[in-house]
Amino acid sequence: MLLNKAAECKWIYNFTFRISVLLFLVIGMIACSDHPSNYPHGKHNPKENIYFTSFAEQPKTLDPAKSYTADEIVFTAQIYEPPLQYHYFKRPYMLEPLTLTKMPTVVFYNQAHQVIKHPENLNKIAYTTYILNIKPNIYYQPHPAFAKDKQRKYLYHNLTQRDFKNIHNLQDFKQQGTRTLTAKDYILGIKRLAAPWNNSPIYGTLAKHIKGFSTFHNELVNVNNNRIDALLSRQITGVQYINDLTFSITINGYYPQFRYWLAMPFFAPIPIEGLRFYAQPILKNKNISLSWYPIGTGAYQLVKNDPNHEMILAKNPNYHDDFFPESSDIEDEQFTFYTGKKIPFIDKYIFKLEKENIPRWHKFLQGYYDQSGIGSEQFAQAIKHDSKGYAQVSAELENKAIRLSIDTEPSIYYLGFNMQDPIVGGNSEKNKKLRQAISIALDYEEFVNLFMNGRAIVAQGPIPPNIYQSEKTKVNPIVYEHKNKQWVRKSIKKAQQLLAAAGYPNGINPKTGKPLVLNFSATSNGGPDQRAQFDWLRKQFAKLGISLHVETTQYSRFQDKIRTGDIQLFFFGWSADYPDPENFLFLFYGANSKILNGGENTTNYQNTNFDNLFLKLQQTNNPQLRQKYIDNMIEILQQDAPWVWGFHQQTFKLSQPWMSPSKMHGVANNTLKYLSIDTEKRSQLQKLWNKPSYLILVILLILIILIVFPVMLIHRRKENSYAQRFHK
Amino acid sequence: MIPILVMVNVITFVLFFSINSPDDIARAQLGNKHISMQQITDWKITHGYNLPLFYNVKEQGIERVVQTLFFQKTLKLFIFDFGVSDAGRPIGQDISHRMWPSFILALPSLIIGLLVNISFALLLIYFRQTYLETTGLIICIILMSISPLFYIISGQYLIAKTFQLLPISGYEPNFAAWRYILLPVIIGVISGIGMGGRWYRTIFLEEANKDYVKTARAKGLSELKILFGHILKNGMLPILTGVVILIPSLFLGSLLLESFFGIPGLGSYTIDAINQQDFSIVRVMVFLGALLYVIGLLLTDISYSIADPRIRLS
Repeated sequence: MLLNKAAECKWIYNFTFRISVLLFLVIGMIACSDHPSNYPHGKHNPKENIYFTSFAEQPKTLDPAKSYTADEIVFTAQIYEPPLQYHYFKRPYMLEPLTLTKMPTVVFYNQAHQVIKHPENLNKIAYTTYILNIKPNIYYQPHPAFAKDKQRKYLYHNLTQRDFKNIHNLQDFKQQGTRTLTAKDYILGIKRLAAPWNNSPIYGTLAKHIKGFSTFHNELVNVNNNRIDALLSRQITGVQYINDLTFSITINGYYPQFRYWLAMPFFAPIPIEGLRFYAQPILKNKNISLSWYPIGTGAYQLVKNDPNHEMILAKNPNYHDDFFPESSDIEDEQFTFYTGKKIPFIDKYIFKLEKENIPRWHKFLQGYYDQSGIGSEQFAQAIKHDSKGYAQVSAELENKAIRLSIDTEPSIYYLGFNMQDPIVGGNSEKNKKLRQAISIALDYEEFVNLFMNGRAIVAQGPIPPNIYQSEKTKVNPIVYEHKNKQWVRKSIKKAQQLLAAAGYPNGINPKTGKPLVLNFSATSNGGPDQRAQFDWLRKQFAKLGISLHVETTQYSRFQDKIRTGDIQLFFFGWSADYPDPENFLFLFYGANSKILNGGENTTNYQNTNFDNLFLKLQQTNNPQLRQKYIDNMIEILQQDAPWVWGFHQQTFKLSQPWMSPSKMHGVANNTLKYLSIDTEKRSQLQKLWNKPSYLILVILLILIILIVFPVMLIHRRKENSYAQRFHK
Repeated sequence: MIPILVMVNVITFVLFFSINSPDDIARAQLGNKHISMQQITDWKITHGYNLPLFYNVKEQGIERVVQTLFFQKTLKLFIFDFGVSDAGRPIGQDISHRMWPSFILALPSLIIGLLVNISFALLLIYFRQTYLETTGLIICIILMSISPLFYIISGQYLIAKTFQLLPISGYEPNFAAWRYILLPVIIGVISGIGMGGRWYRTIFLEEANKDYVKTARAKGLSELKILFGHILKNGMLPILTGVVILIPSLFLGSLLLESFFGIPGLGSYTIDAINQQDFSIVRVMVFLGALLYVIGLLLTDISYSIADPRIRLS
């Protein structure tokens, strides 16, 4: 027995020793680094001038002719330079030259192609020509497409299988080159927008405006070979080369909003060398294409493209002179330090794919992401409201000196009535009153508080306040009334009176003697939030005695229903293409009806007065007249209520204490060049915020001992008891 | 095998196109703003979606079948030509890049999970009809009852957030991957103990009651020798069924683990493609899934014959 006990003790000692060695080995491996043990950025040092951020959705393409989503533009806007950009500080949003020496010169022509010097009657303008003068000495990023040998021949334009043996991505090409930006590059970029094989999403819009654009498109429809040569040999009538640094774009009629399109990456220059380089089948097979390896003149170049893991933008060494802009606004005083300094400040931007909110948020709190949005799950942890109801960072974030910025998006989410529907649509007084009653009953203030954590402004009309606001359109008088010196939502009684006047007293349909039934269509995401939103919506209609039937469908079916008008009520949204009231008001122009012409007027609203005002708005450049027309149009819309004006979403952004101040911009996307980082501070704070605790490993060790030892003891005794019995 | 794969393709094709028309796919790729019918037609021509689904009345002879969406989009799969996604990326290249991180995560999870689960099940057998077995079974049921998401979130919260020992999520290629793989592997193994432990226990329990075990015990063999030398060996046959079938699918990844831990694997490839209405990816992934499953079944049969010489493949 004594021997057995001694053997047991030895065994226990050996086991404890082995487990301890294993755990210390794990601790050693975890801790053997200069960075905190939970540092997630591998070889990248926090002291390097690198900005770390995340992306949730993979970009589909970075080709400026095809790319259109927010997930893509965050990259393309830093790489490509269209002729214009938005001023970083000025509000309302204002355009300024980016690669141009000055804003485009605008020349008007009549039908006989004679210049109209002072157009008083804009109806006489048959064509408008924009003349664009490019700054000299703007260079492209280093790229193998430009690399030449000693004979000045392109090195990589005729690659053979042998050359390609060790090429897996663009970085494997040893030689790179560059050249200056010319007008031909912009013209080629515009031609690509018309090429049928590129399927550019803005082809339809530009075909309406640019002279000869659709003709050029039609000429290329049957071109299946030598597409680059086809692009070069044909010309768009409205896009003219003047000299290496000047070109012009002629559009049909008068359309001043065209200049906003010139600030989008769609109008990026494309060098012919790039097209010829990427056209080689050998590169296409390895996915080395313009879609994934952009060639731009912008502040950054894409040096790693792995959309399933990480995307890396690095400073373009050939970037032209660009300086931090000046602001005279007192709100922008914090930026004075940076004014006039050469930009960009940050060497690299590393975007990591984070599909889930929770890990992304924890990493931001640990200091491993430099800026972050706020998911709805994290809102309570991140934000508190002061006594006046203004959002502020919570005490936890305040202790870390994390800052909050808020901006209203140039978008609107609304509940639309199909104006072709016999019950809710049309211009009859009765149906109008029904829509007005519903507009009052739907308490969107409550919706914003319940479902959006207060991150939205309740809409008073179609145009977000940061795009257009006047005294007359600040409040929707159909829904709100002035009481005790403030505007409040009208009582449900007033809504019920309107409903009775509409022919549905207490919500009862006189034809059936039962509550009026309305059908609401939505796309289904199956989430618990959506179910709660539908319940909320049903309750709002129940306040009027109306029964709401909610039907959820798949998105493509929902789109079909809107296209065919097989819908009564629906929830939809619109995000501005450019910051101009016209881009919201055109959603109500009769000719843009979804059913009739496949346009963006999803409710199929038709009002002759509105249409006349819209046409007048398009034909004037007088600011007073424009304001008058816009105000009148908004008043008509508020009266007719084709939408229940929902809300304008707000973006909340958090910045770590080591980030420079940043101004959020609802429209511009090329703003990464204005940011800077105090890397020393970041490194110190990351270490301070991330001190590993090995307590869990000690607990684990104790737990193992507590579990394994009794088990082993029982086993040993069991084994020994057999032996003893056997010996007996 | 080929008839199964053809049928899987037909079913996928019918299901996908009963929900999404080629026009819907074009709209999803082009965006829903300012899109004209002309653009939709152009897109369909460029991407080969302008053909009829199964039968082309405009063609003659065999071309009536060949010049269809089904033939053009699915037949090349059988020669492993996966083509490009509707967004323009080569699918074969995407899969070859993404399958390895999935494999790196799945392989240690499988091996360690197998070792832990078998050991745990054998312990339960060893201590059967004692309070230790009852406790073990209760732990198994508790572990089974907890949602996988809870393991992930609480694991991240405890190990990476509270104790700050490992990164919450992320990935580095090659050997550096171990720091990022460790936490998901631990979580994967722990979350599988409940189910695996109980399943293997059932298998071993069946073996433990057989006559050869009683004979071995009567001959005086120690319980450990009986467990590892007899019960484990004979119990491996049904375990092989469950494990070998999984091996080819290890490349396909885990949606939850990969999404939460930022592992750039294949886990979310199919789901993302369905959300983006990218039929080209969906058909390839369904085809691959079916193929790997069939290979898994084949491997199971082969492993049977190796593990048990009495079984012969006819």
